[in-house]
Amino acid sequence: MSETMLLLTIVVCALATFATRVLPFVALSRHAEHPLILHLGRYLPPAVMLILVLYALRDFRPLADGSLNGGENGFPLVVASITVAVLHLWRRNALLSIIGGTGLYMAMIQLGWLVPS
Amino acid sequence: MSLRVRDWRDAMLQTVPVMFGYLPLGAAFGILFMQLGHPWWGALLMSLFIYAGAGQFLAVTLLANHAGLLEVAVATFMLNSRHLFYGLSLIKRFQGAGWRKPYLIFALTDETYSLLTSQQQTDPSHHDHATAWRISALNQLWWVLGTIAGALAGATLEFDSRGIEFALTALFIVLTLEQARRLRRALPFLIALVVGLAAIVLLPDRHLLLGAIGATSLILLAHYYGLVRGGRV
Repeated sequence: MSETMLLLTIVVCALATFATRVLPFVALSRHAEHPLILHLGRYLPPAVMLILVLYALRDFRPLADGSLNGGENGFPLVVASITVAVLHLWRRNALLSIIGGTGLYMAMIQLGWLVPS
Repeated sequence: MSLRVRDWRDAMLQTVPVMFGYLPLGAAFGILFMQLGHPWWGALLMSLFIYAGAGQFLAVTLLANHAGLLEVAVATFMLNSRHLFYGLSLIKRFQGAGWRKPYLIFALTDETYSLLTSQQQTDPSHHDHATAWRISALNQLWWVLGTIAGALAGATLEFDSRGIEFALTALFIVLTLEQARRLRRALPFLIALVVGLAAIVLLPDRHLLLGAIGATSLILLAHYYGLVRGGRV
Protein backbone atom coordinates (compact mmCIF):
# COMPACT_ATOMS: atom_id res chain seq x y z
CA MET A 1 0.00 0.00 0.00
CA SER A 2 1.40 3.37 -0.96
CA GLU A 3 1.84 6.05 1.65
CA THR A 4 -0.05 8.47 -0.58
CA MET A 5 -3.11 6.23 -0.44
CA LEU A 6 -2.80 6.02 3.36
CA LEU A 7 -2.58 9.81 3.64
CA LEU A 8 -5.52 10.34 1.26
CA THR A 9 -7.64 7.88 3.24
CA ILE A 10 -6.81 9.70 6.47
CA VAL A 11 -7.74 13.07 4.95
CA VAL A 12 -11.06 11.75 3.59
CA CYS A 13 -11.92 10.05 6.91
CA ALA A 14 -11.06 13.19 8.86
CA LEU A 15 -13.24 15.37 6.62
CA ALA A 16 -16.17 12.94 6.64
CA THR A 17 -16.04 12.64 10.44
CA PHE A 18 -15.77 16.38 10.96
CA ALA A 19 -18.70 16.91 8.59
CA THR A 20 -20.97 14.84 10.84
CA ARG A 21 -19.92 16.94 13.83
CA VAL A 22 -20.07 20.41 12.29
CA LEU A 23 -23.18 20.18 10.06
CA PRO A 24 -25.80 20.99 12.73
CA PHE A 25 -23.80 24.00 13.89
CA VAL A 26 -23.44 25.35 10.36
CA ALA A 27 -27.03 24.66 9.30
CA LEU A 28 -28.84 25.70 12.47
CA SER A 29 -26.61 28.22 14.24
CA ARG A 30 -29.17 31.01 13.74
CA HIS A 31 -31.88 29.00 15.45
CA ALA A 32 -30.17 28.34 18.78
CA GLU A 33 -33.05 29.95 20.71
CA HIS A 34 -35.77 28.11 18.81
CA PRO A 35 -37.97 26.17 21.27
CA LEU A 36 -37.48 22.98 19.26
CA ILE A 37 -33.69 23.21 19.57
CA LEU A 38 -34.06 23.87 23.32
CA HIS A 39 -36.45 20.89 23.58
CA LEU A 40 -33.91 18.58 21.90
CA GLY A 41 -31.10 20.08 23.99
CA ARG A 42 -33.01 19.14 27.13
CA TYR A 43 -34.28 15.65 26.30
CA LEU A 44 -31.81 14.22 23.79
CA PRO A 45 -28.71 13.94 26.04
CA PRO A 46 -30.37 11.77 28.74
CA ALA A 47 -31.93 9.56 26.06
CA VAL A 48 -28.61 9.16 24.23
CA MET A 49 -26.91 8.29 27.52
CA LEU A 50 -29.30 5.42 28.20
CA ILE A 51 -28.99 4.20 24.59
CA LEU A 52 -25.19 4.13 24.99
CA VAL A 53 -25.66 2.00 28.13
CA LEU A 54 -27.97 -0.42 26.30
CA TYR A 55 -25.55 -0.52 23.36
CA ALA A 56 -22.63 -1.34 25.65
CA LEU A 57 -24.66 -4.16 27.23
CA ARG A 58 -25.97 -5.63 23.97
CA ASP A 59 -23.88 -8.80 24.40
CA PHE A 60 -26.21 -9.81 27.21
CA ARG A 61 -29.07 -11.60 25.53
CA PRO A 62 -30.67 -13.78 28.17
CA LEU A 63 -33.06 -15.48 25.78
CA ALA A 64 -30.90 -15.73 22.67
CA ASP A 65 -31.30 -19.03 20.81
CA GLY A 66 -34.32 -19.85 22.95
CA SER A 67 -32.24 -20.77 25.98
CA LEU A 68 -30.87 -18.91 28.98
CA ASN A 69 -27.66 -17.69 27.45
CA GLY A 70 -25.51 -14.86 28.70
CA GLY A 71 -23.65 -14.40 25.46
CA GLU A 72 -19.94 -13.70 25.52
CA ASN A 73 -19.14 -11.96 28.81
CA GLY A 74 -22.85 -11.23 29.18
CA PHE A 75 -23.18 -12.15 32.85
CA PRO A 76 -20.04 -10.28 34.01
CA LEU A 77 -21.35 -7.23 32.10
CA VAL A 78 -24.67 -7.30 33.89
CA VAL A 79 -23.26 -8.07 37.35
CA ALA A 80 -20.67 -5.28 37.04
CA SER A 81 -23.29 -2.85 35.69
CA ILE A 82 -25.65 -3.50 38.60
CA THR A 83 -22.68 -3.01 40.93
CA VAL A 84 -21.95 0.39 39.35
CA ALA A 85 -25.59 1.48 39.66
CA VAL A 86 -25.91 0.33 43.29
CA LEU A 87 -22.58 1.92 44.28
CA HIS A 88 -23.63 5.16 42.62
CA LEU A 89 -27.10 5.31 44.17
CA TRP A 90 -25.53 4.54 47.55
CA ARG A 91 -22.48 6.85 47.65
CA ARG A 92 -22.98 9.11 44.62
CA ASN A 93 -19.26 9.21 43.99
CA ALA A 94 -18.67 8.83 40.23
CA LEU A 95 -15.04 7.69 40.49
CA LEU A 96 -15.83 5.13 43.21
CA SER A 97 -18.71 3.69 41.16
CA ILE A 98 -16.65 3.47 37.97
CA ILE A 99 -13.49 2.07 39.54
CA GLY A 100 -15.44 -0.38 41.70
CA GLY A 101 -17.47 -1.73 38.78
CA THR A 102 -14.51 -1.86 36.40
CA GLY A 103 -12.32 -3.63 38.95
CA LEU A 104 -15.01 -6.24 39.50
CA TYR A 105 -15.50 -6.70 35.75
CA MET A 106 -11.75 -7.13 35.15
CA ALA A 107 -11.55 -9.69 37.96
CA MET A 108 -14.50 -11.64 36.53
CA ILE A 109 -13.10 -11.63 32.98
CA GLN A 110 -9.53 -12.46 33.97
CA LEU A 111 -10.43 -15.12 36.55
CA GLY A 112 -13.20 -16.58 34.41
CA TRP A 113 -16.13 -16.08 36.80
CA LEU A 114 -19.54 -16.38 35.15
CA VAL A 115 -17.83 -16.59 31.76
CA PRO A 116 -19.12 -19.51 29.65
CA SER A 117 -16.24 -21.90 28.98
CA MET B 1 -1.74 26.35 43.74
CA SER B 2 -2.55 28.68 40.89
CA LEU B 3 -6.06 28.86 39.55
CA ARG B 4 -5.07 27.47 36.16
CA VAL B 5 -3.41 24.36 37.61
CA ARG B 6 -6.50 23.73 39.74
CA ASP B 7 -8.77 24.13 36.71
CA TRP B 8 -6.79 21.53 34.77
CA ARG B 9 -6.72 19.19 37.76
CA ASP B 10 -10.49 19.45 38.17
CA ALA B 11 -11.02 18.77 34.46
CA MET B 12 -8.62 15.83 34.65
CA LEU B 13 -10.55 14.25 37.52
CA GLN B 14 -13.70 14.45 35.39
CA THR B 15 -11.97 12.71 32.49
CA VAL B 16 -10.44 9.84 34.52
CA PRO B 17 -13.15 7.33 33.48
CA VAL B 18 -12.62 8.30 29.84
CA MET B 19 -8.87 7.86 30.35
CA PHE B 20 -9.48 4.26 31.54
CA GLY B 21 -11.44 3.65 28.36
CA TYR B 22 -9.42 5.62 25.82
CA LEU B 23 -5.90 4.47 26.80
CA PRO B 24 -6.63 0.74 26.21
CA LEU B 25 -8.90 1.34 23.21
CA GLY B 26 -6.37 3.74 21.66
CA ALA B 27 -3.63 1.16 22.33
CA ALA B 28 -5.76 -1.55 20.71
CA PHE B 29 -6.10 0.66 17.66
CA GLY B 30 -2.35 1.35 17.57
CA ILE B 31 -1.49 -2.34 17.82
CA LEU B 32 -3.98 -3.32 15.09
CA PHE B 33 -2.71 -0.53 12.87
CA MET B 34 0.91 -1.71 13.18
CA GLN B 35 0.00 -5.35 12.63
CA LEU B 36 -1.42 -4.43 9.24
CA GLY B 37 2.02 -3.14 8.26
CA HIS B 38 1.34 0.59 8.17
CA PRO B 39 3.90 3.19 9.33
CA TRP B 40 3.41 4.32 12.95
CA TRP B 41 2.78 7.96 12.04
CA GLY B 42 -0.39 6.94 10.22
CA ALA B 43 -1.94 5.83 13.51
CA LEU B 44 -0.87 9.07 15.17
CA LEU B 45 -2.31 11.21 12.33
CA MET B 46 -5.59 9.32 12.54
CA SER B 47 -5.94 9.84 16.29
CA LEU B 48 -4.99 13.51 15.91
CA PHE B 49 -7.19 14.40 12.94
CA ILE B 50 -9.99 11.81 12.67
CA TYR B 51 -10.42 11.17 16.41
CA ALA B 52 -13.33 8.74 16.27
CA GLY B 53 -12.95 5.29 17.83
CA ALA B 54 -15.20 3.24 15.59
CA GLY B 55 -14.37 5.49 12.62
CA GLN B 56 -10.65 4.74 12.89
CA PHE B 57 -11.18 0.98 13.17
CA LEU B 58 -13.39 1.23 10.09
CA ALA B 59 -10.70 3.20 8.24
CA VAL B 60 -8.16 0.45 8.95
CA THR B 61 -10.59 -2.17 7.64
CA LEU B 62 -11.30 -0.15 4.51
CA LEU B 63 -7.56 0.32 3.90
CA ALA B 64 -7.01 -3.43 4.20
CA ASN B 65 -9.79 -3.98 1.64
CA HIS B 66 -8.39 -1.38 -0.79
CA ALA B 67 -11.64 0.56 -0.69
CA GLY B 68 -12.04 3.57 -2.95
CA LEU B 69 -11.98 7.08 -1.50
CA LEU B 70 -15.68 7.68 -2.23
CA GLU B 71 -16.53 4.47 -0.41
CA VAL B 72 -14.33 5.59 2.50
CA ALA B 73 -16.12 8.95 2.66
CA VAL B 74 -19.63 7.49 2.53
CA ALA B 75 -18.94 4.67 5.01
CA THR B 76 -17.26 7.03 7.50
CA PHE B 77 -20.04 9.59 7.24
CA MET B 78 -22.72 6.95 7.77
CA LEU B 79 -20.91 5.37 10.71
CA ASN B 80 -20.46 8.70 12.47
CA SER B 81 -23.78 10.29 11.50
CA ARG B 82 -25.10 9.93 15.06
CA HIS B 83 -22.88 12.95 15.77
CA LEU B 84 -25.38 15.02 13.76
CA PHE B 85 -27.82 14.62 16.63
CA TYR B 86 -25.21 15.44 19.27
CA GLY B 87 -24.60 18.81 17.60
CA LEU B 88 -28.35 19.50 17.56
CA SER B 89 -28.48 19.48 21.34
CA LEU B 90 -25.29 21.53 21.79
CA ILE B 91 -25.94 24.48 19.47
CA LYS B 92 -26.93 26.67 22.40
CA ARG B 93 -24.30 25.22 24.72
CA PHE B 94 -21.42 26.13 22.37
CA GLN B 95 -22.68 29.63 21.59
CA GLY B 96 -20.09 32.29 22.34
CA ALA B 97 -17.25 29.79 22.74
CA GLY B 98 -15.09 31.94 20.43
CA TRP B 99 -11.77 30.47 19.33
CA ARG B 100 -12.49 27.27 21.25
CA LYS B 101 -15.63 26.47 19.26
CA PRO B 102 -14.05 24.78 16.20
CA TYR B 103 -12.10 22.42 18.46
CA LEU B 104 -15.12 21.73 20.71
CA ILE B 105 -17.05 20.68 17.60
CA PHE B 106 -14.17 18.66 16.14
CA ALA B 107 -13.60 16.75 19.39
CA LEU B 108 -17.22 15.76 19.94
CA THR B 109 -16.95 12.00 20.60
CA ASP B 110 -19.58 9.89 22.40
CA GLU B 111 -17.67 10.18 25.65
CA THR B 112 -16.93 13.92 25.42
CA TYR B 113 -20.59 14.56 24.56
CA SER B 114 -21.57 12.57 27.64
CA LEU B 115 -19.28 14.54 29.94
CA LEU B 116 -20.17 17.95 28.50
CA THR B 117 -23.93 17.42 28.72
CA SER B 118 -23.58 16.17 32.29
CA GLN B 119 -21.58 19.09 33.65
CA GLN B 120 -23.19 20.89 36.54
CA GLN B 121 -24.31 24.34 35.44
CA THR B 122 -23.69 26.73 38.29
CA ASP B 123 -25.00 29.63 36.25
CA PRO B 124 -27.32 28.47 33.44
CA SER B 125 -27.01 31.75 31.55
CA HIS B 126 -23.24 31.49 31.35
CA HIS B 127 -21.78 28.34 29.83
CA ASP B 128 -18.32 27.41 30.95
CA HIS B 129 -16.49 27.07 27.64
CA ALA B 130 -13.03 26.97 29.22
CA THR B 131 -13.90 23.86 31.24
CA ALA B 132 -15.53 22.25 28.21
CA TRP B 133 -12.37 22.93 26.23
CA ARG B 134 -10.12 21.41 28.92
CA ILE B 135 -12.30 18.26 29.13
CA SER B 136 -12.32 17.89 25.33
CA ALA B 137 -8.56 18.38 25.01
CA LEU B 138 -7.74 15.94 27.84
CA ASN B 139 -10.01 13.27 26.36
CA GLN B 140 -8.18 13.51 23.06
CA LEU B 141 -4.86 13.49 24.88
CA TRP B 142 -5.78 10.08 26.45
CA TRP B 143 -6.78 8.78 23.02
CA VAL B 144 -3.54 9.96 21.36
CA LEU B 145 -1.35 8.68 24.21
CA GLY B 146 -3.07 5.29 24.02
CA THR B 147 -2.52 5.18 20.26
CA ILE B 148 1.18 6.00 20.59
CA ALA B 149 1.64 3.43 23.36
CA GLY B 150 -0.08 0.78 21.24
CA ALA B 151 1.83 1.65 18.08
CA LEU B 152 5.26 1.76 19.76
CA ALA B 153 5.11 -0.81 22.55
CA GLY B 154 2.89 -3.22 20.64
CA ALA B 155 2.05 -6.46 22.35
CA THR B 156 4.86 -6.21 24.91
CA LEU B 157 2.60 -4.60 27.53
CA GLU B 158 3.04 -6.47 30.82
CA PHE B 159 -0.14 -5.32 32.60
CA ASP B 160 -3.12 -7.60 32.09
CA SER B 161 -5.67 -4.98 31.17
CA ARG B 162 -8.40 -7.30 29.86
CA GLY B 163 -11.78 -5.89 30.76
CA ILE B 164 -10.63 -2.35 31.54
CA GLU B 165 -12.73 -1.01 28.64
CA PHE B 166 -15.76 -1.60 30.89
CA ALA B 167 -14.85 1.80 32.40
CA LEU B 168 -16.69 3.44 29.49
CA THR B 169 -19.84 1.40 30.16
CA ALA B 170 -19.60 2.31 33.84
CA LEU B 171 -19.21 5.98 32.89
CA PHE B 172 -22.39 5.85 30.76
CA ILE B 173 -24.31 4.21 33.62
CA VAL B 174 -23.16 6.86 36.12
CA LEU B 175 -24.00 9.69 33.70
CA THR B 176 -27.45 8.22 32.99
CA LEU B 177 -28.17 8.15 36.73
CA GLU B 178 -26.93 11.74 37.09
CA GLN B 179 -29.09 12.89 34.15
CA ALA B 180 -32.12 11.18 35.73
CA ARG B 181 -31.45 12.87 39.07
CA ARG B 182 -31.20 16.27 37.40
CA LEU B 183 -34.09 16.00 34.94
CA ARG B 184 -36.65 14.14 37.10
CA ARG B 185 -38.67 13.26 34.00
CA ALA B 186 -39.22 9.69 32.86
CA LEU B 187 -40.02 10.58 29.24
CA PRO B 188 -36.56 10.56 27.56
CA PHE B 189 -35.58 7.40 29.45
CA LEU B 190 -38.76 5.58 28.46
CA ILE B 191 -38.25 6.52 24.82
CA ALA B 192 -34.59 5.45 24.96
CA LEU B 193 -35.45 2.15 26.65
CA VAL B 194 -38.11 1.15 24.13
CA VAL B 195 -36.19 2.38 21.08
CA GLY B 196 -32.85 0.99 22.32
CA LEU B 197 -34.21 -2.50 23.00
CA ALA B 198 -36.09 -2.54 19.70
CA ALA B 199 -32.91 -1.49 17.87
CA ILE B 200 -30.87 -4.25 19.54
CA VAL B 201 -33.43 -6.85 18.47
CA LEU B 202 -34.15 -5.50 14.99
CA LEU B 203 -31.03 -3.80 13.64
CA PRO B 204 -27.63 -5.20 12.64
CA ASP B 205 -24.79 -4.10 14.90
CA ARG B 206 -23.31 -1.48 12.58
CA HIS B 207 -26.61 0.45 12.26
CA LEU B 208 -27.65 0.06 15.88
CA LEU B 209 -26.48 3.34 17.41
CA LEU B 210 -27.50 5.51 14.47
CA GLY B 211 -30.90 3.82 14.21
CA ALA B 212 -31.65 4.18 17.91
CA ILE B 213 -30.44 7.78 18.25
CA GLY B 214 -32.10 8.84 14.99
CA ALA B 215 -35.43 7.27 15.96
CA THR B 216 -35.25 8.87 19.42
CA SER B 217 -34.65 12.30 17.85
CA LEU B 218 -37.65 11.82 15.56
CA ILE B 219 -39.87 10.81 18.50
CA LEU B 220 -38.73 13.86 20.48
CA LEU B 221 -39.51 15.96 17.40
CA ALA B 222 -43.02 14.49 17.22
CA HIS B 223 -43.41 15.04 20.96
CA TYR B 224 -42.46 18.69 20.52
CA TYR B 225 -45.02 19.22 17.76
CA GLY B 226 -47.59 17.41 19.88
CA LEU B 227 -46.93 19.93 22.66
CA VAL B 228 -47.16 22.83 20.20
CA ARG B 229 -50.46 21.55 18.84
CA GLY B 230 -51.77 21.14 22.38
CA GLY B 231 -50.83 24.75 23.05
CA ARG B 232 -48.33 23.82 25.76
CA VAL B 233 -45.25 25.49 24.27
